[in-house]
Amino acid sequence: MELFTNQVLAGIATGAIYACMALAVVMIYQAIDHLNFAQGEMAMFATFVSWQLMQWGVPYWAAFVITLVFAFVGGVAIERILFKPLAKAPVLTNVAGFIALFAIINSSAGLIWDFTIKQYPTPFGSSPFLGSQLISTHQAGMIGVTVLLLIGLYFFFQYTRIGLAMRAAASVPESARLVGINTSWMIALGWGMASAIGAIAGMLIAPVVFLEPNMMGGVLIYGFAAAVLGGLTSPFGAVVGGFLMGIFENLAGTYIPGVGNELKLPIALALIISVLVVKPAGLFGRHIVKRV
Amino acid sequence: MSAAEEVVAEGHEAVEAVPKRAMTLGTGTSLVVLAALLIAPVFVKNFIIFQMTMLLIYGLAVLALNILTGGSGQFSLGQSAFYAVGAYTTAVLMEYFNVNYALTIPISATVCFGFGYLFGKPALRLSGVYLALATFALATAMPQLLKLNFLEHWTGGVQGLVVTKPDAPFGLPMSQDMWLYYFTLVVTIAIYIFSVNLLRSRSGRAFMAIRDNEIAASSMGVNVALYKTLAFGVSAGITGVAGSLGAIAVQFVAPDSYTITLAISLFLGMVVGGVGWLPGSFVGAAFIIFVPNMAESISKGLSGAVFGVLLFLVIYLVPHGARQVAILGQQLAGKLKKN
Repeated sequence: MELFTNQVLAGIATGAIYACMALAVVMIYQAIDHLNFAQGEMAMFATFVSWQLMQWGVPYWAAFVITLVFAFVGGVAIERILFKPLAKAPVLTNVAGFIALFAIINSSAGLIWDFTIKQYPTPFGSSPFLGSQLISTHQAGMIGVTVLLLIGLYFFFQYTRIGLAMRAAASVPESARLVGINTSWMIALGWGMASAIGAIAGMLIAPVVFLEPNMMGGVLIYGFAAAVLGGLTSPFGAVVGGFLMGIFENLAGTYIPGVGNELKLPIALALIISVLVVKPAGLFGRHIVKRV
Repeated sequence: MSAAEEVVAEGHEAVEAVPKRAMTLGTGTSLVVLAALLIAPVFVKNFIIFQMTMLLIYGLAVLALNILTGGSGQFSLGQSAFYAVGAYTTAVLMEYFNVNYALTIPISATVCFGFGYLFGKPALRLSGVYLALATFALATAMPQLLKLNFLEHWTGGVQGLVVTKPDAPFGLPMSQDMWLYYFTLVVTIAIYIFSVNLLRSRSGRAFMAIRDNEIAASSMGVNVALYKTLAFGVSAGITGVAGSLGAIAVQFVAPDSYTITLAISLFLGMVVGGVGWLPGSFVGAAFIIFVPNMAESISKGLSGAVFGVLLFLVIYLVPHGARQVAILGQQLAGKLKKN
């Protein structure tokens, strides 16, 4: 039983990483209705920028804020320059665009900062949290930030005019335009916010997985899976999905014999698919009703 | 959430509707392309023949995805898994059972058809992004499954298997590469004709009806579940053939040749060639084989970025892929004829 609790705790700690990324994934899905495959790379690039700033002697929190601004502006710029012209192109063409963006960012980061693994500082310290060996203060901090982010987003979408406008633009663009919402800029804003959330995720994850251009590959897959598990329409679901992913993964690694590190991901994915077969819209997603 | 939000706007299909006429080339063009494919190997070096063989093989794999996505409107990132199953079926049969290479191809087509059909069953419940994730899971799991200990005796584990390249039969004065090219070409043409006819048949019309509007299709009496799984099976079967040919051409199978990267390449090939346009599959295959090499030769360190920029250029200029170029060409030719 102690082993079980320990593994669940450790799962929650890794789950916080996935939850962060899943939140960013859901954000952009809400705004543009696509899964952005380059999301992880955007986050990685922003994390590198903050690392570079710190190398130049900027203190952590200043670098954090500058990076957020950079990520937001960068996200908006990418939407305006690269994806706005593709708005009328077929969905699959857009997906190809995300893959192209992925390749561009990954390879440029590799050229600028090379592929060696770098240490990344944490603002929370890495001593054991409340005497537990399994969760460090950094991981606790990460969970805290994710929850704060979630609450902040909830208030933003539920109680601000611009949040309402974004929801309207995402769900019924035609009607939103009729009541005077600039839907095109709402999409850009969605990109900016998703990029900024991704940057936060990146900066929180980097101390755990270390900084390098491919650091987000695995995390993004888990993030996607978590978002889909929780339901792509629900930020709350995404966070829950993230934690569940972490727990799933750890328990599978502990209790199913012969499961090494390499098989953890396929097993976690298989579990998710079984969940989806029973609940096709994810755990907390709303069912999409088709008009006939 | 208001009621209005619950309704998906109409006319927002994931895959655009392509009429079945527009899915193929005219007879004249087909014959010219065929003649070029037949004569070309005589004039070029063995390495280029090998690349042309790979082009046909990837073309087949993209074609398979095109039937699934462009035909029946289902999305798959798991094609690399079917490709791997085909490749391993051939490799195991050839190396352990001494089966003739040509005979392994129908066997791996059957095996992959069954595999795809069975995979299509649970996938029936899923669509769009959710289906993409499920197929993606299959693609990430496949290399790991091939490495499993109890399969190692057959699959050779991480090391993989070496496949012997067949000689030209009947003492034909041909290099192995050239023989394999013609062999691949014959298989490709057979499958291409099969695919064209499939999409023109009753089943093909059912696929397209499901793609355009699933609810309408089922109310017209189309057995949606049957045709959706059938599309998966056919697509997997063709991909399996491509995998078999690929294993023979490369003379080697290993789990890490069939990762998700392969599935993503095939997907890009489909988009570049034009979703739902069968001849475009081969244009797309050319793109995924040659453009990464080109990018590498332009800049070693930034090859990924160059590839990304080239891909962006293509989708900006022709968002509908090579199909758009073909349609433009046809219109031009039509105008010239009138004048």
